[in-house]
This record gives sequence, structure tokens and C-alpha cells, in this order.
Amino acid sequence: MKSLEKIKHIFKREFKSYFISPIAYIVISIFLLIIGWLFFSTFFLNRQASLTRFFVLLPMTFAFIIPAVTMRLFSEEMNMGTYEILLTLPVTFRDIIMGKFLAAVAFVALMLAPTLFYAIFISFLGTLDWGPVIGGYIGALLLGAAFCAVGLLASAITRNQVVAFIIGMTICFSLTLLTDFLLFFLPDALVKTFQYFSANFHFRNIAKGVIDSRDILYFFSVMFFALYGSNLIMQEKK
Amino acid sequence: MIKFENLTKYYGDVCAVDNVSFEVKKGEILGFLGPNGAGKTTTYRILTGYLQATSGTIKVKDYNIHDHQLEIKKLIGYLPESAPVYHDMLVYDYLNYVADIRGVPADEKLSHIKGLADLCSLNEVMHKTVDELSKGYRQRVGIAHALMGDPEILVLDEPTVGLDPNQIADTREIIKRIGKEKTIIFSTHILSEAEATCDRLVIINNGKLAADYTSDELTELTKSESFEDIFRKITKGVH
Repeated sequence: MKSLEKIKHIFKREFKSYFISPIAYIVISIFLLIIGWLFFSTFFLNRQASLTRFFVLLPMTFAFIIPAVTMRLFSEEMNMGTYEILLTLPVTFRDIIMGKFLAAVAFVALMLAPTLFYAIFISFLGTLDWGPVIGGYIGALLLGAAFCAVGLLASAITRNQVVAFIIGMTICFSLTLLTDFLLFFLPDALVKTFQYFSANFHFRNIAKGVIDSRDILYFFSVMFFALYGSNLIMQEKK
Repeated sequence: MIKFENLTKYYGDVCAVDNVSFEVKKGEILGFLGPNGAGKTTTYRILTGYLQATSGTIKVKDYNIHDHQLEIKKLIGYLPESAPVYHDMLVYDYLNYVADIRGVPADEKLSHIKGLADLCSLNEVMHKTVDELSKGYRQRVGIAHALMGDPEILVLDEPTVGLDPNQIADTREIIKRIGKEKTIIFSTHILSEAEATCDRLVIINNGKLAADYTSDELTELTKSESFEDIFRKITKGVH
């Protein structure tokens, strides 16, 4: 109970600080601009009232937007020296990591919220099947949370935000493109095994509107390993 | 109250703190002195849970730093060197955040923050961001941060560095005032300041404990030579 309280206070501070600096507004605008343009530039050619293309584009867009959201979480604190203040307040590593992680997830959810208007808009143009849309948004949140955890880990590694961004982006891109790369090098049977490690594969499953426990488990494992890794890095830095 | 036992810290091959043992009694104001790089900040960082000791331990009351870090953090208010504070936050928001984290009850929070703002003369800057503050004000925000939630022990790493003479006098006044009820460890390079405020003085040099005087012992010693000379003798081997 006490720990939850502290996570809440760290969360509040982190979340607010996104909006104190211009970062939040810039990142949200860029995200909406890119995904909106990529999606609608081909939308009318397909003559289909569906958001499928939107969800296909999402993993790639997230892979470079989310590391930009998370890069400051630890790097900035280490650079400004406020990391020392944070660590000497009566909180545990777990409180700090969870507070920061949840703040990033909340920010991603907020960033995603305006795209709900696409769904509403499209439902006026034709009959929209809401199943895949709902599945897609659940998947998007899981994917976003997993990438946030990876970005947090990247930020815990270095005090340089640019390096944190590049590391985070590299891991997120690898998770997204894993199967597409391996298709070139490996026989089909092996690709089938490796695709279980691909975030894109699991995201596509959920975005079809089929919510399978394996896919959900995958995203929670990525979150767990990344957050646990951050904890180990913090421990190592002492 | 606080017991340092054979505390040792290595950074790689470099020994920053070497087998340091001493004790701080309840209610004491302890001046922790030494040249730059002597290991003062490292010692503070181990005590406050920012770094881990290579060997040895620190006991605070019945707790030790290896098993009860959270309990010890609750007991200590810490002002790190050069008072790093979130630069984009309003002073009030920052103090409010620290009060929340330190578990100050909601109904006492406002009066507690007001009390600290009065004590540290922060009233005019409560609605400015930390970015806009002068060094002196920033330092005072750091002191208010350390005092938040009324911790029993205060650890102040060079609280007067970079302040003008008036601010130094004010800060010294604050330390003396709060030192009546609390245990304080602080470091400074102004030896006269340490002499005037502290009940006890510990000097470390090259990571080793070099001297440990009570203020009476020091008064006795400074009859024949100045504290500056004694300090130089201890830390540089000048005779």
C-alpha cells in the first residue's frame, strides 16, 4: 500500500514533466502527422472502411516514436544529478521503475487517443467491423507498453539521451522486423520458431481481433524482462 | 546514532574511502572535513543509499545499510553537493512532491511546506521554476528538501559553497537552529565556520580517518596554533 502510494507520486511527477517541456507536444504532433499521412495517403485508394493499414503501420511508427518518449526517463536524471536525489529519497528501485514506466505508458495512451477519431470517421464512410479495431487498440497498448519498457531499459544504461534513443530504437526495430529479416536467411520451419520472438507477429494476431493468451503473455514477458533488466542496471551502478 | 564501521569503498582500483570508523551521537553537529577528493561525498553517498560500500557497514540506530536501506533513507534528510533539483519544476511543486514521497500527511503538508519556506526564506520564489533561481536560492531549496518530513538526521554536503557572506551566515544560522533537535553531519571548506558550529570535528584525508576532535579538545589545541595550521598539518603533512 505504501509502495503504491510512492509509485503514484513518482508517476504524477514524471507525467507532468512531459508537459512542462515542449517534448510532449512535439512528439504527439509528429506521431499524428506521420501516422495520419501514411494511413490516409492510401486509405481512399483501397476503398475499404477498415483500420487494418493503420495497425500495420503502428509497430514501425512506435519503434521510433516511443524511444523518443522514454529516452529522458533515466538519462536526464543522471545527467542533471537529480538521480542522486531520487535514489536517496525513501523509495525503492521498484517504485522508481514502475512510476516512470507507467508514466510513459500513460503518455503513449494519450498520444494514441486522438486516432480514435479515425475509427469514428471511417465508421461514417462504410460499415466498420469494430472487433479488429478494439483488438487493435488493445494490441497497440500492449505493444506501446512493451516498447516503453525497452526504452526505459535503454535510458537506464546511459546518461546520454541520444544514445538512449538510438539503443531503444534499435531494439524496438529489431523486435518489429525480426521475422521479415529472417525470411531471407532461414528456412520456413525455423522462421516459424523465431517469429514467437517478434513483436510484430504477436501484435498482428491481436489486431486481427483474436485475443490469445500467448500473445498477451509475450508482451508481458518483454515488459518484465526489460523492467527487471533496468533494476539490475540500477543495482550495478551503485 | 550513526556508527561507521570499517567503511571501505573502491571505484575500480581506486580506494575512495579506506577503513573509516567513527561514531556520531544523537543531537550532535558533526563537521566532516577534508580536502577535495578526500572521500567525504563518497561517505555521504554510502550513508544515504546512493552507493554501496565495498566492505564495512554503517549502522543508523538499530538499522544497517545493507539490510534496512529504506528505513535509513526515511531517517535521513540529504542535501547533495551543489543541490541538484529538477530544473523545470516550480519550487512549490518540487517541495510538494518531496513531501508526498516522504509521506507527510495531507492535512499537515501545507503548513509544513510553509514552515520550511519561512525557515529557508523561500517565500518570494515559491512560484518560480528552479531554473530561474540564483545559486543561493537553489541551495536553500536543497536545504528545505533535506528538512522535509522532519527527518532525525541531516546530511549536508557543503551547504554553504558558492553562497555570498550574508547567505553563508543565514545558512549557518539555520544549521544551528535545527541542530538543537537533530543530528547533523555537514562538510565545509570554511574552517572557521566548522569551528563555530560543530560539536565535533572529523577530518579525513585520502580516504582515511585523520583526526577526530570534540569542540573542547579543539579549543584547547587552537590556543597555541590556528585551526587552519592544524588542518594543513594533518592533510598535507606540513610541519
